[in-house]
Amino acid sequence: MISKYLSSIEGISIFPVIGLIIFFGLFIFLIVRIVRLDKKYISQMGNLPLENNNEIKNNNEIKDETN
Amino acid sequence: MTVEKFSYDNQIVKQFTIATVLWGVVGMLVGLIIAIQLYLPELNFGIPYLTFGRIRPLHTNAVIFAFVGNLIFAGIYYSLPRLCKASMWSKFLSNFHFWGWQTIIVLAAITLPMGFTTSKEYAELEWPIDVLIALVWLAFGANMLGTIIKRREKHMYVAIWFYIATFVTVTVLHVVNSLEIPAGILKSYPIYAGVQDALVQWWYGHNAVAFFLTTPFLGLMYYFLPKAANRPVYSYRLSILHFWALIFLYIWAGPHHLLYSALPDWAQSLGTVFSIMLIAPSWGGMLNGLLTLRGAWDRVRDNPVLKFMVVAVTAYGMATFEGPMLSLKNVNAIAHFTDWIISHVHVGALGWNGMLTFGILYWMIPKMWNTELYSKKMANAHFWISTLGIVFYAIPMYWSGIAQSLMWKQFTPLGILQYPNFLETTLQIIPFHIIRSFGGLLYLSGIILMAYNLMKTAKQGKFVKSEEAEAAPLLKEHDSIKRGMIHRWLEKRPVQFTLLATVAILIGGVVEFVPTFVVKSNIPTIANVKPYTPLEMQGRDIYIREGCNTCHSQLVRPFRSETERYGEYSKAGEYVYDHPFLWGSKRTGPDLHRVGGKYSNLWHYLHFEDPRQMSPGSIMPRYPWLLTQTLDTSTTATKIKALRSVGVDYEDGYEKFANQDLVKQANLIADDLINNGVPAEWNKDVIALIAYLQRLGKDIKGNQAK
Repeated sequence: MISKYLSSIEGISIFPVIGLIIFFGLFIFLIVRIVRLDKKYISQMGNLPLENNNEIKNNNEIKDETN
Repeated sequence: MTVEKFSYDNQIVKQFTIATVLWGVVGMLVGLIIAIQLYLPELNFGIPYLTFGRIRPLHTNAVIFAFVGNLIFAGIYYSLPRLCKASMWSKFLSNFHFWGWQTIIVLAAITLPMGFTTSKEYAELEWPIDVLIALVWLAFGANMLGTIIKRREKHMYVAIWFYIATFVTVTVLHVVNSLEIPAGILKSYPIYAGVQDALVQWWYGHNAVAFFLTTPFLGLMYYFLPKAANRPVYSYRLSILHFWALIFLYIWAGPHHLLYSALPDWAQSLGTVFSIMLIAPSWGGMLNGLLTLRGAWDRVRDNPVLKFMVVAVTAYGMATFEGPMLSLKNVNAIAHFTDWIISHVHVGALGWNGMLTFGILYWMIPKMWNTELYSKKMANAHFWISTLGIVFYAIPMYWSGIAQSLMWKQFTPLGILQYPNFLETTLQIIPFHIIRSFGGLLYLSGIILMAYNLMKTAKQGKFVKSEEAEAAPLLKEHDSIKRGMIHRWLEKRPVQFTLLATVAILIGGVVEFVPTFVVKSNIPTIANVKPYTPLEMQGRDIYIREGCNTCHSQLVRPFRSETERYGEYSKAGEYVYDHPFLWGSKRTGPDLHRVGGKYSNLWHYLHFEDPRQMSPGSIMPRYPWLLTQTLDTSTTATKIKALRSVGVDYEDGYEKFANQDLVKQANLIADDLINNGVPAEWNKDVIALIAYLQRLGKDIKGNQAK
């Protein structure tokens, strides 16, 4: 059923190829980069909006704060 | 370690917040009025300024740029300084931004009903206002980047990236789509024509949705949802992926608004491919939002702020799944030009933008007034009223969109159209439009309830005009790009970050535009397509003034059901003199690209006087003023000159004789009308408009053997 409708789209065979290449390349690159980010940094960033704004902090140290 | 003292300016946030609610009520009220006009055309009270074609753009502009726009600014002015641990860079720019933006809104509310419009959707405002928009927007950007540069927090939180992407992309979109040659103080012609104009417009239109209704709201989601839930976002890693994938992919998808049009096929396919790919980052973002609440769902039950946010994020997921589906050609063939699209955008606007706005307001107002929400019960009532409003809005519109589309396409066993009269399909869907307006009424009541609740909240609290804070300054450090650290390096450097984000969004636009503009074979020319005569040109501008393109398309798609109904399908070469293109995006009435010669001049004259005397039951408004208003011929020369400068082949010096030709042609039509017994005069608006309509599709008809 689905394949019947899909095959009625003109030039569909090229869609997945183009899509796959760009999608795959970009995502692999990004994912590799992101996975390699360090854990402390990630947790510090995630907690950024939750910090008490009046709290005095030393910006040049990575806080080891887990939730 | 030295500590610096500074403060967060709540005053500017308060101003933007009030503007959000105020314009929200106005924009939605106009929406309700036009929704009712679709079954009660008399609701314009016979006043030109209140006709559907003129105030529908007012509705869209008001909800997008006034309601959503002001909330974006309120949210950014609240969250950005707190994330940067710094005051906004310039108080002057904050105020200039606020008052400038409100001035633009007021100017829009005046000029659009008066008929000053470029006709390009969500970019209708005329050139002097465009210039003002650019100035105010740059002030906002400078203020934001200045704050980021002066920050005391080493890293830029993901919300800030979304804000930066919003700023750079909207700048690019606004400038490119507004390139136009003035022909008077409130009139201009775009430098692009026909297919190119359509491509630029929908690259803009699509990305206005992406970078005005989506990215800033995602930034707000990444700040306010963790705040409201009091827990960090589910996966910060996912948010990085979400950001880069989204801004890279979104910009390519514009051509999905032009499927089956005269746009070259390769560009259409490109739009489809990228639209499908967009599901991944969009859903990544949605899941990131929803999963932030993992283990805290019990709190959603009694926290109205979270309730609004959950529905908002869910609606975002629904709309971003539906969008790619709609960009498949076979689905688009059914959905395009119908109410389905109206439903789709309202799931986004009412669900995603509206509900997140309400959530943010219910959270932010008590904080700034240092109090609790006045009535949680009332906020819960608002939640249910708006959720039901969305349901009552969306379902009937899906139903009516599909029903009408199928009726347009229905053939009898003998192979002729089952509903050859367009009006039959219009009358069929009127009950759905009545239910839809009820949904709109619910939603509007909800926001009024919220306004009351928030006012009471403010009254019981005490406004904190300026919040004192302190933080250590940022120390200079010299680190180089290390392996695997590119992103960390990058998001410490706002300028480099901004440049890279700009490159990411430019790639898609360039790949699509350059070939369409440069490769001649993409728009095959047609020898007997000629520029409009002066009278037709004036008529076309009246067509634009009255917003006829709001309800009538000028694009016959290559389907048998359309060529049977309207005639030969539309070719790219037919539009080469169309500054701007007038393809339209919604068929509330029939397509007009082949209407020339279909009806007599007399039919058009009487139809404008009162559509119902020619088509009983028609929902088109009456246009009696076209019959009495005198055509302004003093503008002809200026317009001819402006059009020549954007590439229309009028001979040098023709502007001196143009009005002679105009009078000649007008008299022919007037004489024909008089001979048929109506007291027409050559110098009325209606004559020019009839001349234009009778021209439509004529060039190509002459091309075929008769």
